[in-house]
Amino acid sequence: MAILDSKIPQGPIESKWSKHKADIKVVSPANKRKLDIIVIGTGLGGASAAASLGELGYNVKVFCISDSPRRAHSIAAQGGINAAKNYQNDNDSVYRLFYDTIKGGDYRAREANVYRLAEVSNNIIDQCVAQGVPFARDYGGLLDNRSFGGAQVSRTFYARGQTGQQLLLGAYAALNRQIAAGSVKSFPRHEIMDIVMVDGKARGVIARNLTTGEITRHGAHAVVMATGGYGNVFFLSTNAMNSNGSAAWRAYKKGAWFANPCFTQIHPTCIPVHGTQQSKLTLMSESLRNDGRIWVPKNKKDVELLRANLIKPSEIAEEDRDYYLERRYPAFGNLVPRDVASRAAKERCDAGFGVNETGLAVFLDFKTAIERLGKDVIRARYGNLFQMYEKITDVNPYEEPMQIYPAVHYTMGGIWVDYNLMTTIPGLYAIGEANFSDHGANRLGASALMQGLADGYFVLPYTIGDYLSHEIQSPKVDINTPEFEEAEKAVKDKIAQIFSIKGTQTVDDLHKKLGHIMWECVGMARTKESLTKAIEEIKKVREEFWKDVRVPGTNDEFNQELEKALRLADFLELGELMAKDGLNRNESCGGHFREEYQTPEGEALRDDEHYAYVAVWEYKGEGQEPELHKEELHFEAIKLAQRNYKD
Amino acid sequence: MNFTLKIWRQKDAKSKGGFETFKVQDISPDTSFLEMLDILNNNLIHEGKDPIVFDHDCREGICGMCSLHINGFAHGPDTEITTCQLHMRKFKDGDTITIEPWRSSAFPVIKDLAVDRSAFDKILQAGGFISVNTGGVPDANSILIPKKDADESMDAAACIGCGACVATCKNGSAMLFVAARVSSLAKLPQGRVEGARRAKAMVAKMDELGFGSCTNTRACESQCPKLISISHIARLNREFLKAKFRD
Repeated sequence: MAILDSKIPQGPIESKWSKHKADIKVVSPANKRKLDIIVIGTGLGGASAAASLGELGYNVKVFCISDSPRRAHSIAAQGGINAAKNYQNDNDSVYRLFYDTIKGGDYRAREANVYRLAEVSNNIIDQCVAQGVPFARDYGGLLDNRSFGGAQVSRTFYARGQTGQQLLLGAYAALNRQIAAGSVKSFPRHEIMDIVMVDGKARGVIARNLTTGEITRHGAHAVVMATGGYGNVFFLSTNAMNSNGSAAWRAYKKGAWFANPCFTQIHPTCIPVHGTQQSKLTLMSESLRNDGRIWVPKNKKDVELLRANLIKPSEIAEEDRDYYLERRYPAFGNLVPRDVASRAAKERCDAGFGVNETGLAVFLDFKTAIERLGKDVIRARYGNLFQMYEKITDVNPYEEPMQIYPAVHYTMGGIWVDYNLMTTIPGLYAIGEANFSDHGANRLGASALMQGLADGYFVLPYTIGDYLSHEIQSPKVDINTPEFEEAEKAVKDKIAQIFSIKGTQTVDDLHKKLGHIMWECVGMARTKESLTKAIEEIKKVREEFWKDVRVPGTNDEFNQELEKALRLADFLELGELMAKDGLNRNESCGGHFREEYQTPEGEALRDDEHYAYVAVWEYKGEGQEPELHKEELHFEAIKLAQRNYKD
Repeated sequence: MNFTLKIWRQKDAKSKGGFETFKVQDISPDTSFLEMLDILNNNLIHEGKDPIVFDHDCREGICGMCSLHINGFAHGPDTEITTCQLHMRKFKDGDTITIEPWRSSAFPVIKDLAVDRSAFDKILQAGGFISVNTGGVPDANSILIPKKDADESMDAAACIGCGACVATCKNGSAMLFVAARVSSLAKLPQGRVEGARRAKAMVAKMDELGFGSCTNTRACESQCPKLISISHIARLNREFLKAKFRD
């Protein structure tokens, strides 16, 4: 049985990582050539890890579900990436980035990991520039910065509104270089169906070729999961359509414990839902909050006129506008963290001030900024975002404010990992959004890109060597063993079972039902009752799925419905664990807002005495209750405090 | 809104394909084009028919996965967008809409509307990178880059690798795609070091993979969802010729 040992190095926080690096073992070049590593996923974490491991001399196989590694969902990140460079001379430092991240995460992240993240953040920027990432620069030729939520300094590096794209293209180029060199073998349009365990260690995977349906076995001395988050459990989210939690869930069922599954980030600035046929939600970058001001009308009369399309928002006088973030949080204003901004929008809409026909929208207005800076400056900063908004909504944001509303965006929860990023399964690692470690109960903007690349370029390549140094005597993993055979058979049986149901509901019909339950009961505000209800309702939908889903076609073809069905089957289990975790956590923190636990001003009210821990869930078998383990969080460098963004 | 859809169906790369006609009804003008196809597919499954395979992922115009030729235009009858950003309000009620996969011998059809674009990966593997390993690089601000150059590099780097340029070009040339990468790196001092080798290697790989040659019709530029300018092709040509002269 695995033991929850976070392996945090001893000593002061500033020297933990350097001490740890000195203490861990390395693998010689001659031995690296004999070791195989599988990397699942090619977003920022996966691509940077696969490329770096290939450069070190390991034999790497990298899998992705898209037709090219370049299309992983990191590509869609817009605003930027944080680093503690202090290029702006605004008194930023590694400590300040560390502090902001712990505080932003509402004191539910592991200090040592976060400090390391802040520490290596500067290396990331250097690396990306060397790769040719065209970050924004000012006229002297130096790098430019902008501000993001939860920070009072400008530490965010960016490439227009396409930072994730440019960083991923950098990592993808590094990966391509290794593919050409033969150190990395790429398997696009492949999905991982299961992790294979041999003698208690992760020794390989079962993959499915998405275009032919062929099921294949792959052995390795270590497996790295860089599979992203599970936000699509909500059906509607800002995630890409194919993003899913299946590989993580397969790992959980094989013995990788799952941490804080209920910690979900609801992003405040997304384009509101327009109807029942919508397939996904589009994010409008947080960077817009640098210059955009969020408001709703002060008077219900104006709200009614807006909803009836009788006035335009620009016709509402300045004194009749409620810039509620500036009103409630004077020190941070429109740049409060995401969870705070989302809840504030919900509070105004619940109070009846929502500005569109559904009542679920607020304004993000650039009028003041355009008056101050001119349209050209705003266009240079946000042109592509404004264009995207206009294409989707048919409204010109240079003339009228944008309408926005919170939507599911990111999952802070994920596979539990120790300081080495290893899961409770020896030889199985989880990096980037797939793990839980760095963002606590709420992630700050521009920190996901930072974490993905920190893990992939600068942490995993060191820590995995410590494990692999014990594997240098292990021969190549034999895939013709009973373990691989059984895993492959289980996958084939499951696929056959899904086809055999021949029911009446499509995968989307059922996924929408799940999404509705998740949003209503496990969404922005949760209660004991709503979470209890969710657990019951999810069970029902799961039963419906296994009795009544209809998946057309066969396995031996490009079958997108089968892909979706397999992913939904896992979401239907994962959703329940999210609700259970939310029910267990009798406090509010970050993105987890239990209505029973709030301050008189409506802020999240933590209970540090009872819940300053990571909730880590162990799978106990089909139909069994999962077992809760606790990793107590010790705050040595930072004093626990109620988050304050007011002054 | 109601539409008649003429959609290309093809079982696999080896089979011969053909058009099949479908009807969709009660579509909101705010529905995106791909959501309209979702609705059609959901109906088809309920009717016991095979849904239409099409590539898509981010649905916000950045991953480059979606790839439909709609009424003769790559990504449909609007500018500066990918198919996922096209909305039904751009069509008239009652329209007949023809939907095909990218047409290019370098992009074989996998099934229905999905094509194989792995040739693009192969071109980039040939040289679309700067040869630096992780670690051991100079401080980011030690390399000064004039804002104008960084901006031009970014203009080219906006390419999403969707393949609309190849699908639009009558010769099936990948010049705009190759030029975007070569030009983006050529505008940066870090990229200059390997400039000659990169241009030669990528052009050679493009030719080897069966893409056609560029005859400067500018069709690619007109259909590029990210407005990549053909001036980058001019820069690629300069890079390529300079490299050849040096040989």
